Amino acid sequence: MSEMQLKYLHTIRRQKIIINLLRFLVGFIFVGIWEVAAYTGNINAFIFSSPSRIVNLFIEMCKDKTLFVHLGITIVETLISFLLVMLIGILAAIILWIFTSLSKILEPYLVMLGSLPKSALAPVLIVWLGNNMKTIIVAAVSVAVFGTIITLHNHFNEIDSDMSKLIRTLGGTRKDIMTKVLLPASIPIIISTMKVNIGLSLVGVIIGEFLAANKGLGYLIIYGSQVFMLDMVIMSIIILCILSMILYGVINLLEKKFTR
Amino acid sequence: MNNILELKNVDYTYHTPQGETNALSNISLCIEDGEFISIVGPSGCGKSTLLSIIAGLIKPSNGTIKFKGNNIGYMLQKDHLFEWRSIYKNITLGLEIQNKLDKSHIENVNNMLSTYGLERFKNSRPSELSGGMRQRAALIRTLALEPDLLLLDEPFSALDYQTRLQVCDDIYSIIKKEGKTAILVTHDLSEAISIGGRVIVLTKRPGKIKKIIDLKYPEEYSTPFLARNAPEFKNYFNLVWKEVK
Repeated sequence: MSEMQLKYLHTIRRQKIIINLLRFLVGFIFVGIWEVAAYTGNINAFIFSSPSRIVNLFIEMCKDKTLFVHLGITIVETLISFLLVMLIGILAAIILWIFTSLSKILEPYLVMLGSLPKSALAPVLIVWLGNNMKTIIVAAVSVAVFGTIITLHNHFNEIDSDMSKLIRTLGGTRKDIMTKVLLPASIPIIISTMKVNIGLSLVGVIIGEFLAANKGLGYLIIYGSQVFMLDMVIMSIIILCILSMILYGVINLLEKKFTR
Repeated sequence: MNNILELKNVDYTYHTPQGETNALSNISLCIEDGEFISIVGPSGCGKSTLLSIIAGLIKPSNGTIKFKGNNIGYMLQKDHLFEWRSIYKNITLGLEIQNKLDKSHIENVNNMLSTYGLERFKNSRPSELSGGMRQRAALIRTLALEPDLLLLDEPFSALDYQTRLQVCDDIYSIIKKEGKTAILVTHDLSEAISIGGRVIVLTKRPGKIKKIIDLKYPEEYSTPFLARNAPEFKNYFNLVWKEVK
């Protein structure tokens, strides 16, 4: 390796270290100001909470294990919704691809459902399905599923018609086009919709828990705000941030594994 | 000689909401077993449509097609090797689709892989191959189904000029070696002329056969690349050029 290259590598490494340091510093300063302001009374800790109060509550709720119950429920609901969204989304997109006229007939309805603010459905779902986990999962699925169907179906239709021609010249049928071209070629887009959907499922689950739950992080947030335990609300929000980051990270790992 | 393919009065009209277009008109053509034929003509004259009709991908509006063989191979402009399959898996795609992954077919594929210098790349991804090698792999994918007639739809047009001359030579010699009948569609006149056999000139839309020109090169100019140096080449070129103009 030449000296120039070594120097170049060195600069890159230094830049990386500085960026990481600054990242940490931004968070640290934010938390620090927050804590000091709450301590000196510049902001009302009862309304704005403070880092130390949040940590105390966190430790307390870890000790009596209630936090794990709420967290666990939210994770389970999110994962179930996510899997259902992907399953329904992929199957529906395939069916629409197979039956072209069906997709033409249903198109306006799909677009309508896709652009509808799904939180509007939640109250109706409570009346129909009751105050339980079913409502939450259906709410979460409804948030993400229509967009998924539309995205995947559009993508299926965009697959190079020359590739389909190739399959036909090799004596293949539409079924071969699906299994040999459509699905393998769609793996990147399926993974990218997964990335969107894991976040949307979490959004849907929290909306559902706001309205129809007695457990879960969404429930903690709504309950905490009603009884003015803002420590609990903000702690739940922070946990949600971390949770969504972890879930996104898992999909990212999956992507690396499948797309090389 | 046996005619492997006979077209009689073939017409083709396609319809769009904007109107109908007469793409091919009254095409009659006989192709003998073992021939190498080139079809040239201005762009949009229905050359590719003609191949699609011969391959049975679309039905002619009128006329009849008689094909005395079992199997037609079709090579498209782009190689369309699938990136998610290895070269070997790409080459056996047709066999996989037609459930012909038996011993003799696989052996045939393996022979072709080693004869045509792709054995080392069996497990490579298409993106690791050069343009010429990719086109060779695409040809082997077509030949794996053991077609009696090969349709080549501007298979070299996506390549740069230098590679194109090489690959043209390459593909030509493979096709000759395997003893296949072939129809090449191209808009490159010198390519068509260098390949020899017969050149069929189509008119502007609707495509009609304007002229059929027989080409013959002396023994020592037996490949397309060498034929470009043959004294006859220039004369043939002028002849074809006059018809295309």
